[in-house]
Amino acid sequence: MSNIEKPVYLEEKLEEIQASGHLEYRSKSLPTWCPGCGYFSIVEGLTAALNNLSIDPDETVVVSGIGCASRFPFFIDTYGFHSLHGRALPVATGIKVANDDLSVIVVGGDGDAFAIGGAHIPHAARRNVDITYILFDNGIYGLTKGQTSPTSVLGFQTTTSPFENHDMPLNPLMMLLSYGASWVGQAYAGHPHHMAGMIEEALAFKGFSYLHVLSPCVTFDKTSKTYQNLGMSVRPLPDDHDRSDVMAAMAQAQKTDAPALGCYFEQPRPTLADGLNDIAARAAK
Amino acid sequence: MLIQMEGSEAVAEAVALCRPEVVCAYPITPQTHIVEGVGALVKDGRLENCEFINVESEFAALSVAIGASAAGARTYTATASQGLLFMAEAVYNAAGLGLPIVMTIGNRAIGAPINIWNDHSDSMSMRDAGWIQLYAETNQEALDLHIQAFRLAEELSCPVMVCMDGFILTHAYERLDIPSQQDVDAFLPAFEPVQVLDPDDPYSIGAMVGPEAFTEVRYLANDTQLQALKLIPEIGSVFKEVFGRESGGLIHEYMTGNAETIVVALGSVNGTIKEVIDTMREDGAAIGSVSICSFRPFPLDELQDALKDAKRVVVIEKSLAPGLGGVVASNVRMALRGINLPVYTVIAGLGGRTITMTSLQEVFEAAGEDRLPDLQFLDLDHNAVEHEIVRARRTRRSGPIAENILRQKADGRNP
Repeated sequence: MSNIEKPVYLEEKLEEIQASGHLEYRSKSLPTWCPGCGYFSIVEGLTAALNNLSIDPDETVVVSGIGCASRFPFFIDTYGFHSLHGRALPVATGIKVANDDLSVIVVGGDGDAFAIGGAHIPHAARRNVDITYILFDNGIYGLTKGQTSPTSVLGFQTTTSPFENHDMPLNPLMMLLSYGASWVGQAYAGHPHHMAGMIEEALAFKGFSYLHVLSPCVTFDKTSKTYQNLGMSVRPLPDDHDRSDVMAAMAQAQKTDAPALGCYFEQPRPTLADGLNDIAARAAK
Repeated sequence: MLIQMEGSEAVAEAVALCRPEVVCAYPITPQTHIVEGVGALVKDGRLENCEFINVESEFAALSVAIGASAAGARTYTATASQGLLFMAEAVYNAAGLGLPIVMTIGNRAIGAPINIWNDHSDSMSMRDAGWIQLYAETNQEALDLHIQAFRLAEELSCPVMVCMDGFILTHAYERLDIPSQQDVDAFLPAFEPVQVLDPDDPYSIGAMVGPEAFTEVRYLANDTQLQALKLIPEIGSVFKEVFGRESGGLIHEYMTGNAETIVVALGSVNGTIKEVIDTMREDGAAIGSVSICSFRPFPLDELQDALKDAKRVVVIEKSLAPGLGGVVASNVRMALRGINLPVYTVIAGLGGRTITMTSLQEVFEAAGEDRLPDLQFLDLDHNAVEHEIVRARRTRRSGPIAENILRQKADGRNP
């Protein structure tokens, strides 16, 4: 995860990308995000992860709500579902319940998830729906052009917090750990290779996997969660971090000044489908 | 004083002049500039004694407003489209509890398919929630209606929605007369709640009411609206005395005197309609229009008086009741009960489609010769819909309609 990497030459890179096969997963629509947005690297990371895991586009559904992040399904060539603001998780639950063969990925932003859609997260996590939730956290409402969000830091200034934000930001990792999510991790859009690996791990996990992606809004946030600030503060999880220890995970999640990247917690347990199959089996007797 | 100003900013100014004590909102296009404007006025110190609260959703926005209003505060919020639908349960709740909240709707289409542009589907969906619904024709009227809305809401203890066309009004710059604080203070008395959570006189709000009393409570909700029918013109008259201009009221008539064809519509499209009427009048057509300002309560008698001598009525409306046709037209027919007049429904401007003078004139001319169908969609791409209908008939798994139509339009493929 070093910031210093070998020089990249355009021709070599193009050849490498074309040879990788993950362009198969890209749609013809070019992303409409602002230049420099961290979300571009999430498209790259997800398509690379699907390719590496040999999950075909027609076995995959990407579900979103509303927001900049929720434009995501248009830019990849899997099945997509652009749903209502905050409702991506229950829609994804419905899809997974109806067709367990599909790999279901939910994408969305901090506003979609933790403001308008907050009520659904604990239940998707505790039921252990076998889906992957990739949360793009830029700490701002981007699509409505820059208002304070539930993950905006204290003191953040926007049009809806005219002097400064006085509302304590949520700690999504703490929330997900408390809600009983069976896989919880964090990545940073400024470290795309590490993030791609994390997405792959989250996808490969059977159960509800939550990947929190820190991603700067280059247009509306010039002071808080910028590439410069995040780049200087993120760190890897300690080498001896025990991902089966929820208290250790919570201790790491508390360190919001220096966000740790990696898998915080992993605890395989029966999924929603296992429970439903159990009901069906017992009802049939 | 006349100032060049954006519609949303003007509404923020009007709301500030009314001295609200609690403002809560959640941003949604095209309403965002209004609450940002109120936020800026709080920051400037021009809006004193006002708590501006950020919330997590529209459902929370109106719920906070309900609590604030019940605690005796003059309360304001604003939303649009999906936001209004998301707060629907609280919309009915506020009216049922008789809490005089004022809410701006920046009118926008509702999905699916998702669309951020203007039509009236959002506020029409809440037409029977028990709120008074006023529709602004211009930005000056939008500004004025907010000042009237607080007085109306508080006199009747009934919430009021002020509906203004998203983008067409909210984002348009016009020269506007901003009233003085002194005049607004003279027009709008301090809020005296009819019910308030007060420790000196404790009671709870939100009683469970069974069949023994539910009908009576609902009857009184209707009665409140009937009182509003009288109060809205009265408030309009007082407003004129204080501010020197006509704004609000139940309906506005334009050249209806000897008109054989009368066009009925809500909101900003009336400006375009009047332009077309002017052109057609020059050519000798007997045509006029009625703009409905108060959609709830619906001015049945006033509308009947305005329309009864015409030979036909054309309703231009920016919403659709699938399976019925027009919402406004159905209400207009109710106003014309017992009178045998054709009422044509023209669905126009859905999801922001431009309503052009040319298209309107064609429709009005066809109506003048009674060549209009009962229900028409203005500027509908017949080829596109026919193509899709045929496709859907041929293929069981024909896919999502919205995507099919978009693909068809992008490819320029028409049968």
